[in-house]
Amino acid sequence: MGKRVAIVGYGQTYQRSSRKDVNGVELINEAVVTALADAELTIRDIDAIVIGNMDHFEGINYVDMWSAEGSGAVMKPVIKVCTGGTTGTTVAMCAYYHVASGMFNKVLAIGWEKNSESDTTGAIITAFHPVWERPTLGGAVAGLAIEASKYMHNYGATERDGARVAVRERLHALNNPYAHLHQEWMKGIPPEKLVDLIVGSEQNAMLAYPLRMSDMCPRTDGAAAVIFAAEGSAEKIAPVPAWVHATANRHNFVYAGDVDMDRNTTIAEASKAVFKKAGVKEPLKEIDVCELYLPYSYAGLKWIEDIGFCAYGEGPRLLWDGVTDMDGELPINPSGGVMSSNAIGATALIRVGEAALQVMGKAGPRQVKGGNVNLALATGFGGCYWGDVMLLGKKKPA
Amino acid sequence: MNDKKREDVELLSISSGEASQPFDWSVGKHGSYFLQQLRDNKKIVGIKCPGCQRVYVPPRPVCGHCFKGLTLDDIIPVSDEGTIYVCTIVQFGFVDPSTGIQRPVPYTWAFVKLDGADTCLTHFLDSTDAEKVKVGARVKAVFEEKRTGNLMDIKHFAVL
Amino acid sequence: MSKIAIVGVGQTTCTRSKIDTFEEMVFEAASKALADAGAEIGDIDNVVTVSNDFWDGRTISSMAVQEAAGSWGKDVSTVEGDGTFGALYGMMRILSGSFDTTLVVSHMKGSESIMNLITNAMFDPIYQRGMGIDATSAAALQARSYMTMSGATEEDFARVSVKNHGNAKNNPYAQLPMKITVGDVMASRKIAEPLKLLDCSPIGDGAAAVVLSNKKGLKRFRKEPVWIKGVAHCSDSFTLGYRDLAKSRALKEAAQKAYKMAGIKKPLKDLDVAELYDAYSYMELMWYEGLGFAPEGKGYELIRENATGMKGELPVNPSGGVVSSHPVFVAGMVRLIEATLQVRGEAGKRQVKGAKTALAHGINGPCGQAHCVYVVGA
Repeated sequence: MGKRVAIVGYGQTYQRSSRKDVNGVELINEAVVTALADAELTIRDIDAIVIGNMDHFEGINYVDMWSAEGSGAVMKPVIKVCTGGTTGTTVAMCAYYHVASGMFNKVLAIGWEKNSESDTTGAIITAFHPVWERPTLGGAVAGLAIEASKYMHNYGATERDGARVAVRERLHALNNPYAHLHQEWMKGIPPEKLVDLIVGSEQNAMLAYPLRMSDMCPRTDGAAAVIFAAEGSAEKIAPVPAWVHATANRHNFVYAGDVDMDRNTTIAEASKAVFKKAGVKEPLKEIDVCELYLPYSYAGLKWIEDIGFCAYGEGPRLLWDGVTDMDGELPINPSGGVMSSNAIGATALIRVGEAALQVMGKAGPRQVKGGNVNLALATGFGGCYWGDVMLLGKKKPA
Repeated sequence: MNDKKREDVELLSISSGEASQPFDWSVGKHGSYFLQQLRDNKKIVGIKCPGCQRVYVPPRPVCGHCFKGLTLDDIIPVSDEGTIYVCTIVQFGFVDPSTGIQRPVPYTWAFVKLDGADTCLTHFLDSTDAEKVKVGARVKAVFEEKRTGNLMDIKHFAVL
Repeated sequence: MSKIAIVGVGQTTCTRSKIDTFEEMVFEAASKALADAGAEIGDIDNVVTVSNDFWDGRTISSMAVQEAAGSWGKDVSTVEGDGTFGALYGMMRILSGSFDTTLVVSHMKGSESIMNLITNAMFDPIYQRGMGIDATSAAALQARSYMTMSGATEEDFARVSVKNHGNAKNNPYAQLPMKITVGDVMASRKIAEPLKLLDCSPIGDGAAAVVLSNKKGLKRFRKEPVWIKGVAHCSDSFTLGYRDLAKSRALKEAAQKAYKMAGIKKPLKDLDVAELYDAYSYMELMWYEGLGFAPEGKGYELIRENATGMKGELPVNPSGGVVSSHPVFVAGMVRLIEATLQVRGEAGKRQVKGAKTALAHGINGPCGQAHCVYVVGA
């Protein structure tokens, strides 16, 4: 049996549209230094490093090597993992396995991206098959629009339902100084009214039906770092460590045309595996807060059904009932989520870091349930419906 | 050398300019057969896994479900007509990395489930009329006059 | 430590240019590894793939091979680095207690892209790329630096090339089996002084796979296990100017850790065979030193005395090494496979008689920035 593992430190840069004041290595270093300070550790305490991003967004090959001086990997074990949008959770899982294996005691997980340095849509298209898919692909936006329209077709969801998710994410982001999008004008306006304003706005350009600008995530420059430690060390480093209760992932599709657009089956299977391992029977009741990788609004309706928080087609009801708002039964994305900041290689790791903050009671203005969080769920999404899931908890896992 | 001024340093960036990384991607035997059928006979083929009976378009060497190798003998014809599984009208332009030029908008991108296939071929539709391009609508492949052995030998799918 | 075993290995031939797609190559290697283990895909609990987005010309390059790697319905992850690092992650995933078995696959089609451009992109875009630096010109700097420090000569590098290309004649998977002389290497075309054509590895196409298992998982497999006795990895600085290019302190660090785990005290004596990542001939001599086979600056003595030849004290690269076949990212995993075959006594004409303990080595980054060292044994 492996070691129990907890998150003991988290640091992120301010997520911004462009960080021209730093190069990539310096940006990475900012997050690393912040995470080490959070855990009151130095780089000498770190036994191994895991880093991730997507090469073509910055045009840097062998990023784990190139970043060694900024990440702290000089004369340390380091590896790079990459699975697209899921990269951050894949990094977190890799760091978890490093520590759980018993081979390393304290491991630093780093995710980063400088999306301002290239054409993000152009780079995303290169994720698809050069012969069969690239000639006709419409980028990530069109791929998600297709999923959204299928969901609307199947369950009768409306553009207002999608907008309700966007409103929640943007309102939550106002509590998060690190978030990229701060739409201050939204402050104090009720969600229903904001939905009316967004759906009716002529400036809110249609990108690919039903997705408008307001339904999408931004392109962001940012980095994040999370420190994982083994039982025995973790309790000494953090007053309240965020224990990893279970983690799992699935990735079944290679070709875009194979993807089951009716349900997000990979997130569903990975969630099921995690809940089984952790003994979670009623996710909506047992889980206190979520940080979900929702790259666009309609994912906030459909994917919460696939995770198992409600029945198929009931996602919109949860949203309109306020269940997923800050003071609801299951707050989703107190950080403002991916729709408020998306430095792609960092984004999923930020979900893990933010979920850990909630468990540790260190989330400040975005803390939910007065710090009384026992279980927090983080997810990642990438590639052809790559799904990563990690469940964190206050109690040491069995 | 005034340090206060150093803080105001002009922030520079280095452009990679027109630099590009050329590649020659192998299509493989299965894919080459598919493209040759498009080019020479205006026919679309798929591949049927003898294990799970799924028909994949385009043909591929491995069935992921069964982890079974598929041979050229497993290739079967599928129809050039099918149904829109799902589609979207794309309104935003971007530089297409495979051509280097801005892709004109709007256009309709669709997952087409051809009759006889279990997976979808991703392609363009001939219409951007939201009333016509709907889930479940019937479509038929329209081939280019001059074909070169490329996915774009299918010009687009016409909504019937 | 004998917790994780290698129970199945598979490799494709390495050739200049294959018509196979990534998925065909991976399917071949994975199927061979499973067949070697006497197992089916259902015996595999989770999968790690190894690939690189630049070399494949595709963001999330691993997406192309997920079906071929048999990961449907399983946990799967992707390492971007040499195959030895991927196998190490596969091993950690088992040690965590979450899985009993892992399939690790790695693929490379160097023939599809331009090596100089791909490796130019691993250098810093602001300070280094403009100079046109690539893996080979950087290696030439390192070779020169090593010669200056050690007194090794170009002829010593040539001796490595002669030995390894000759050994490759016994390896049906190798790309460039050749009977050549030191004179042939010295007379071959200058690439970047002091490196000549026959000092440089041929970038090629290939794939490899290994099946790993803990003790509990062993009953699923037919093959005698080869145990991972020790393994460690370590990276040096990135910037060439920050490193002492003539010495590999990262390799030394990784080797010492791996040796400690495996109980190796005198590597030259305790090891029976070693498979090293000699992307360029000179590297093998440097790695001798980092691995403690020879004192610093004295690596060339081993090759002059033929101590690392097939009949020497410690045969190095009986397979022909990387200088004879270089599918980047796959090559390190092939070293691990070759070490496994040696311990099993299944290495055919390249078998080192009675080999019980073998070393496998992989590198990552420019001029061997990072290293991964395995000690495997029966």
